[in-house]
Amino acid sequence: MGISTLDRSKEKLVVVGGGMAGGRVVEEIVARENSRFDVTIIGAEPYTVYNRILLSDVLAGSKSPEGVFLYSTEWFQSRAVRLITGVKVESIHRDRKVVRLAGGEERPYDKLIIATGSLPLVPEIENVNTPGVFVFRTIEDCQLISSYARRCKRAAVIGGGLLGLEAARGLVNHGLEVTVVEVMPYPMAQQLDAESGAMLARKMEALGLRFQFEKASQRVLGTSAVRGLAFKDGTELDTDMVVISCGIRPNVRLAVDAGLRVERGIVCDDRMVTSDPDIFAVGECVEHRGRIYGLVAPLYEQARVLAEHITGVQSPAFYQGSKISTRLKVMGVDLVSIGDGRALDPAKASITKYVEPSRGVYKKLVVREGKLEGAILLGEIDSATLLIAAYEAGTPMPERHADLLFGRAAGDPRVMLEAMPGESRICACHQVSKESLVELLSKGCSLDDLAAKTKAGTGCGGCRPQLEMLSAIYGDADRNPATTRYAKSIPLSKPELMAEIRRLGLKSVSAVMRTLGGGDDPGVKPALASLLRMVWREEYDDERDARFINDRVHANIQNDGTFSVVPRIFGGVTSPAELRRIADVAEKYQARMVKLTGGQRIDLLGIKKRDLPAAWHDLGMPSGHAYTKAFRTCKTCVGTDFCRYGVGDSTALGIAIEKRFQGIEAPHKLKLAASGCSRNCAEATVKDIGAVAVDGGWQVYVGGAAGSRVRAGDLLATVATNEEVLRIIGRFIQYYRMNARYMERSPAFVERIGIERLRSILVDDSEGQAESLDRQIEDEIASYRDPWLEGKSPIEPSQFADELAIATERS
Amino acid sequence: MPNSCASSTVETKAAAVGRSRVALCSLDSLPKGQGRCFAVGRLKVAVFRERDGSVAALDGLCPHLGGPLADGLIGAGVVVCPLHAYRFRLSDGTGVDNGFRAGRYPVVIEDGRVFVQLPPTE
Repeated sequence: MGISTLDRSKEKLVVVGGGMAGGRVVEEIVARENSRFDVTIIGAEPYTVYNRILLSDVLAGSKSPEGVFLYSTEWFQSRAVRLITGVKVESIHRDRKVVRLAGGEERPYDKLIIATGSLPLVPEIENVNTPGVFVFRTIEDCQLISSYARRCKRAAVIGGGLLGLEAARGLVNHGLEVTVVEVMPYPMAQQLDAESGAMLARKMEALGLRFQFEKASQRVLGTSAVRGLAFKDGTELDTDMVVISCGIRPNVRLAVDAGLRVERGIVCDDRMVTSDPDIFAVGECVEHRGRIYGLVAPLYEQARVLAEHITGVQSPAFYQGSKISTRLKVMGVDLVSIGDGRALDPAKASITKYVEPSRGVYKKLVVREGKLEGAILLGEIDSATLLIAAYEAGTPMPERHADLLFGRAAGDPRVMLEAMPGESRICACHQVSKESLVELLSKGCSLDDLAAKTKAGTGCGGCRPQLEMLSAIYGDADRNPATTRYAKSIPLSKPELMAEIRRLGLKSVSAVMRTLGGGDDPGVKPALASLLRMVWREEYDDERDARFINDRVHANIQNDGTFSVVPRIFGGVTSPAELRRIADVAEKYQARMVKLTGGQRIDLLGIKKRDLPAAWHDLGMPSGHAYTKAFRTCKTCVGTDFCRYGVGDSTALGIAIEKRFQGIEAPHKLKLAASGCSRNCAEATVKDIGAVAVDGGWQVYVGGAAGSRVRAGDLLATVATNEEVLRIIGRFIQYYRMNARYMERSPAFVERIGIERLRSILVDDSEGQAESLDRQIEDEIASYRDPWLEGKSPIEPSQFADELAIATERS
Repeated sequence: MPNSCASSTVETKAAAVGRSRVALCSLDSLPKGQGRCFAVGRLKVAVFRERDGSVAALDGLCPHLGGPLADGLIGAGVVVCPLHAYRFRLSDGTGVDNGFRAGRYPVVIEDGRVFVQLPPTE
């Protein structure tokens, strides 16, 4: 890798271990001192350094392995660090100051850093080597588990701790029936008390997990493959595979063999030096003041201290041990554990508790001598950042502890974030303060830049919503060229790219890529297709290979390769005849699920690609576009026809909106709603565009969302008639199509442009664009054609084929 | 989850017992810049025709979670799985920055017809 000859003038620094600790310590060292050391990092795994915390996301399928790499091989090369992967270090010879690699090669060192991490703790279980038993520690483990899981129906996870629960949830995503086996009577016994543990178990059960508590595993059943687990109490559990996730033990073999002082871990002082002054250690293999850490924040603190001492740059800090907080990052379950919140005896500590079983909320503070000793937040974690800050800084607690349990729950998180003092930590993993982030944001940095410069958000990822919020408050994205670029491989903003496309008459994606660059990158094609479609409308040369599969077959691909079919139901108003046809189609084409959607429609899931044209024909209804970046639906309440409170006819308006704008393509999806009075039953204020009836007309809101982030829409205009509502919506949609970045949803767009500016352009016509916007959207509406008509006359051969038959000859 | 076909072992097996050549389709029937899936016995084979004219064949099912590779966007010598956007090189089936590998089958074009070299049916 890179440099192969040793520079004799430099001290040789060898890092054993290519995990997060090894990578981090190298980063911290080369950031301070890049000339004194000749650095080599040796990892046993065949990859560059990756983020082990995110492996549960890899197992769950929500992240790719490359998505968790922390440093590329080029990163090491450009810093003249020699990266050796896939090679184990076999021994350390302190007498000669060399390490011996597998295969016999020796590498000399002047300074050595041991970052060998930890190994999975495997309890004594008979037949634990039976095929189908796995540990969960590496990318390779993930791959082995994923591929074995494909032939299984049931899985057991031994260990109900943080990692065990995350592994279990990952296996549920693979479609398995998963049972978590735990010795204690409730999960996460390291962090939770019995009451919160039981609540967590109920939440996880609602996600599809099963539990067997107070079960000690004795024996794996099955000979050629796992078929069950036998417990010490004589009971058994049928299962097709077993994943062991019972914790970690420091990987200390090299240190023991080399004669270093080792207790449970490699014993280090406050400078991270072992019993040999030329050998340091960092990470999960370390024992410091009797403690071993298995989380990322302490490891990063250790790496920083070690780097300061080994380089002598900056006045070195001393490692004092770490204060621990944990976040369970499993979909749908919010849990934060700070310090030790398990104390139960009110005689020894002041315990403040709030429990709301119906919502699954449990909050508990343990305060001793006026300071926070620990906290458990389950189901509602909005005060976590404040509590973690108070815990780490050891600040005195206010007299009313309840203020810290509910301080932020009532308030707008944005307001709280603005009010937070500058030195507050936003990213706990990488210790990044609010003020340092705000400074970078005000210089025009994007979120990606923040991640590159400060690493904020790249550890557990729990602070990402706050980073996005900070960026929305303090950011200035327009000044950053990389963020204004429309397609990442073409150095032009959206208006520039549109101008070039028009000037050069480029009418297909392949023509744009040939002429303006882009390297045929498949990741960029759909974005270009969206833009060209808008610029050229009917003149667009529609190369189908530039479309994502959903837009080739006009249905939404599901995790098993089948598709979901959502016919349009205008305004959510259907008829018995339509419902009968939908039911017939669901039966005839064996829909695996029939589901009412949030947009007041009916979703037929699990339809085979080859059946799509016939299903559409039998439905006799147009496409609902529930698969593409376009106008989706307009949700309505019943309005004046039936509702005794109705002020405006929201149903009629909703149907008119949907008939007019159905299928209009946009940079991202558009979900709309119309409510007949201010009670707002159709939730119009959290839609991309919403209309709410008021006395004498309608209010039109834009930029609302109730997704991963909840945002109330901004009032764009109040108008008198349905025609005016349709006109102002059309203007907004066209302006959004012309000016939003690809995949930029309306809330981000409205915040970026500003509601006052939008109002002045779209309502007051301050820039004289209104007429042209009205005309363009009118043309777009006129050129609309139901894509499901392609079912009758496919555009290209085998467009809707699942798989093709072959000629029978074999030669 | 669809069943996986024996992806990574296919090429070695074929080398050991002698390959079998299968005619898939006419070249014209493959749309430019797209893939199509063919069923050969229990095996699913994804065949891709790049815009530059080259044709390649990989396992039909993504080695990650069995996604239909033939439905993926292609370009710049890779296919992007439609389920989780893992990328695989059409030249040899190796993952781009991921540790997975899709089995790859040699392709021959003769007289406008597309053939792949496969192991004999089981």
